[in-house]
Amino acid sequence: MSLLEVENASVYYDDFQALYDINLKVEEGEIYAVIGANGAGKSTFLRTIAGVLSPRRGRVLFEGKPVDHMATHMRVVHGISMVPEGRRVFPSLTVDENLEIGGYRKRPGPWTEEKIYELFPLLVPLRKRQASSLSGGEQQALAIGRSLMSNPKLILMDEVSLGLAPVVIKRIYDAFQTLLDSGTTILVVEQDVQHVLTVASHVACFLEGRIALQGRPDELTNEQITAAYFGV
Amino acid sequence: MNEATTSREGRAVRSDFTVKVTTRTNLIIAAVGILILIVAISFPFWSGTPLTRRMVDFFIYLSLAQFWNLLLGYAGIISIGQQGFIGIGSYGLWLFADVFHLNPFIAIVPAVICGAIVALPTAALVFKLRGGYLAIGTWVIAEVLRLIVANIKKTGGGSGITIQAATKLGTSVRVPGTYFWALGASILAIGVSYFLLRSRTGLALEAIRDNDLAAESSGVNLWRTRLYVFIIAGAGCAMGGAITAIHLLRVQPAAAFSVNWTAYLMFITVIGGLGTIEGPIIGTIIYFILREETSKYGEWYFIVLGLIAIAVVVWSPRGIYGYVVKRWNFFLFPLQRRVRFAGETVKRRQRGPSTGIDGPSTGIDGAAS
Amino acid sequence: MDWVNAAVQGILLGGLYALFATGLSLVFGTMRLANLAHGDLTIVPAYFALLIINAAHFSAFYAIPITVVIMFVVGYLLQRGLLNFVVGKDMMIGVIVTFGLSIVIQNVLLLAFTANSQGLGAGRIGTISIKITDRLAIGWLPLIIFIVAIVVLGALQLFLRRTRMGRAFRATSDDNEAARLMGINNKHIYAMAMGVALGIVAIGGVFMGIRTTFDPLLGSQRLIYAFEAVIIGGLGSSWGTLLGGVILGLAQTLGAQAFGSAWSILVGHVVFILVLTFRPTGLLAKTVTT
Repeated sequence: MSLLEVENASVYYDDFQALYDINLKVEEGEIYAVIGANGAGKSTFLRTIAGVLSPRRGRVLFEGKPVDHMATHMRVVHGISMVPEGRRVFPSLTVDENLEIGGYRKRPGPWTEEKIYELFPLLVPLRKRQASSLSGGEQQALAIGRSLMSNPKLILMDEVSLGLAPVVIKRIYDAFQTLLDSGTTILVVEQDVQHVLTVASHVACFLEGRIALQGRPDELTNEQITAAYFGV
Repeated sequence: MNEATTSREGRAVRSDFTVKVTTRTNLIIAAVGILILIVAISFPFWSGTPLTRRMVDFFIYLSLAQFWNLLLGYAGIISIGQQGFIGIGSYGLWLFADVFHLNPFIAIVPAVICGAIVALPTAALVFKLRGGYLAIGTWVIAEVLRLIVANIKKTGGGSGITIQAATKLGTSVRVPGTYFWALGASILAIGVSYFLLRSRTGLALEAIRDNDLAAESSGVNLWRTRLYVFIIAGAGCAMGGAITAIHLLRVQPAAAFSVNWTAYLMFITVIGGLGTIEGPIIGTIIYFILREETSKYGEWYFIVLGLIAIAVVVWSPRGIYGYVVKRWNFFLFPLQRRVRFAGETVKRRQRGPSTGIDGPSTGIDGAAS
Repeated sequence: MDWVNAAVQGILLGGLYALFATGLSLVFGTMRLANLAHGDLTIVPAYFALLIINAAHFSAFYAIPITVVIMFVVGYLLQRGLLNFVVGKDMMIGVIVTFGLSIVIQNVLLLAFTANSQGLGAGRIGTISIKITDRLAIGWLPLIIFIVAIVVLGALQLFLRRTRMGRAFRATSDDNEAARLMGINNKHIYAMAMGVALGIVAIGGVFMGIRTTFDPLLGSQRLIYAFEAVIIGGLGSSWGTLLGGVILGLAQTLGAQAFGSAWSILVGHVVFILVLTFRPTGLLAKTVTT
């Protein structure tokens, strides 16, 4: 049984169809990368897993249980946590408080505030600061730490490297292994294709709401990926 | 622009189209409308005084509802303080008819101008607020106007005053006079709404209603447009108030500035259908029917009004007319622009009064509907 | 000395207004809902207290905790049963629904209790006062109300800053979608916020019923005072709401002192208009990046 199974999922925004018959499996303990051009449906896909959207057709199974119409907050209880696009830390809360909120639904697991500060030491001097005053990279680290606080089995990351300096991105990617070691599977949406393919064990390329290419990075050529990405 | 362009899937995209606003069905409806108009204009001559008086009431409410609808349905301004302008119109009528000794029917004009003048500083103030707080702000202004008027001894204070000039007219002049003014006000209100919305300002207003940010980025001056509509609505409500003053022969602060006006107008516009011209017409009819049946039950009447308004807004945010539009794609007043591709018959797929009210609702826990 | 007396009365009245205003702004802050039925929901607890007192024959003071609990439950159910359908939608829906609700509440109260003014008996506490000087006396009741108001506001601050649920309120207010992603059930949070808000105004509502009279149609004025206090104090600032209430109270009592009681409310409105004109964000506005 895969950790996450998406079966023939179609997702709409009112009358507009954003995803067409998506089929995807994520195994426990892996890093699964979702790539594609802007507007291809990557974020929509992630939001469907997280529960912000519900598929009009098809199913989403988590640990074998259907969650496609489960409320967002309940999915956190079951072990799905999303680091949303644009970070979206709570601006009026401090760094400490943001992490505390991340632990609103405490599940069993190794992640605590102290462990997060070990993972991202750059946050330590900022503990009492309001999250709105943090830089992009600091906010991204905070957002990831916040999601980890619930000890999720599956963490969804939506474009975590967007707008960040390479050194910050490297720090975040270095953290991925620690996440895996703690028992968290990673489903990551990325713009930076080359970088994410170095860590991912599976990749799916979205194009205009459909999956144009799926497979293991070491079995796919650059030409195949480029073709799927741009739809040529 | 006559080339067909190819999209990625290989389907041709047509560029040879015209934009039309009227269809044959609309012309038939226009003919029926003119018939109704003839009946309406001749009404006082063949109908008795009591019925004519009821129709005066009807048309006053209809005109007020059209202006309320213009404010809310198109400019996105929720005003629960229009009674302020209605009161200004009523007392303005008293001022120009009894103090300045104009013919009461002539005095309506300066009373309307008073409404427009008061609307300007009001807008300057309340536009600093947003949404629900803007609404309460308009109510505060209405209350301020009421308190000022009630505290001026010359206006009769809290107990109000009779409009001598109107009493002197006599029933046989006053009733038809107020009837034609009220009918005229309704036609004017509908006409203003119609032409405003057909024009470029109209498209701007629709854009505002649908999406502030998009409207601004396409060059629409949001707040200036809203200001104009606010002033027009203020003047329109003052007109209704002025006619009411003649109709009732008396003005009194508690009644002229009563928040009940807003309650009625809100009910009418919501039930009938926000953001359409037809909506307030339907709403006023329903309101009057309900009033005949239930107003003798006092509090129950208001409870019923309130519950119906809540129910309609929650379940069918576009009111009864909105439901008609959605179901049968039918418009009385041709405002929607239809795209007609060369060589095709009119496509029936048309945007109705769209997003904003019933637009992408992601609900509370995010499940898309 | 009458001026000093009026000023003291104004400040103490401001505490009461601050309670009403806090309820309004807690709801608006958490769910962006301007509850037009808010004023009427401050009258309802007074009527509950009336029923309790008539049934149990004790002083209105003892009715306060019971009423607070009742209003908390009323708020929770009202939010989950009706107002949750309004949150997040176009704000005109919120205005129309809460306005309709206001009308319904007022008329239900009229049907049940008639338009007569009522008062809540609290025994001697309503009449005794502390003598400060020969010409200045402060009523025990207004003083108690003011102190209670400060305590309640302080407790609310502690709740918001130090408790898990309070943090959830703030997170939901910042970004309700992100809050959901953290596992916060926003349907529940909104209902809790409304419950807390109505619990707070229940205290004010019963106190005011002890201090003066009330009737079903008073709610509209209460809404306006609460609103003015919020705007004067500044959106987003809780101590600002206290300041706003005090300033409004002062404006009304000093206005009555200067121009006669008929003008007192109007003076309050004028002060509100002045603040809105020259400092639209309020006196203690907090700007939070949204």
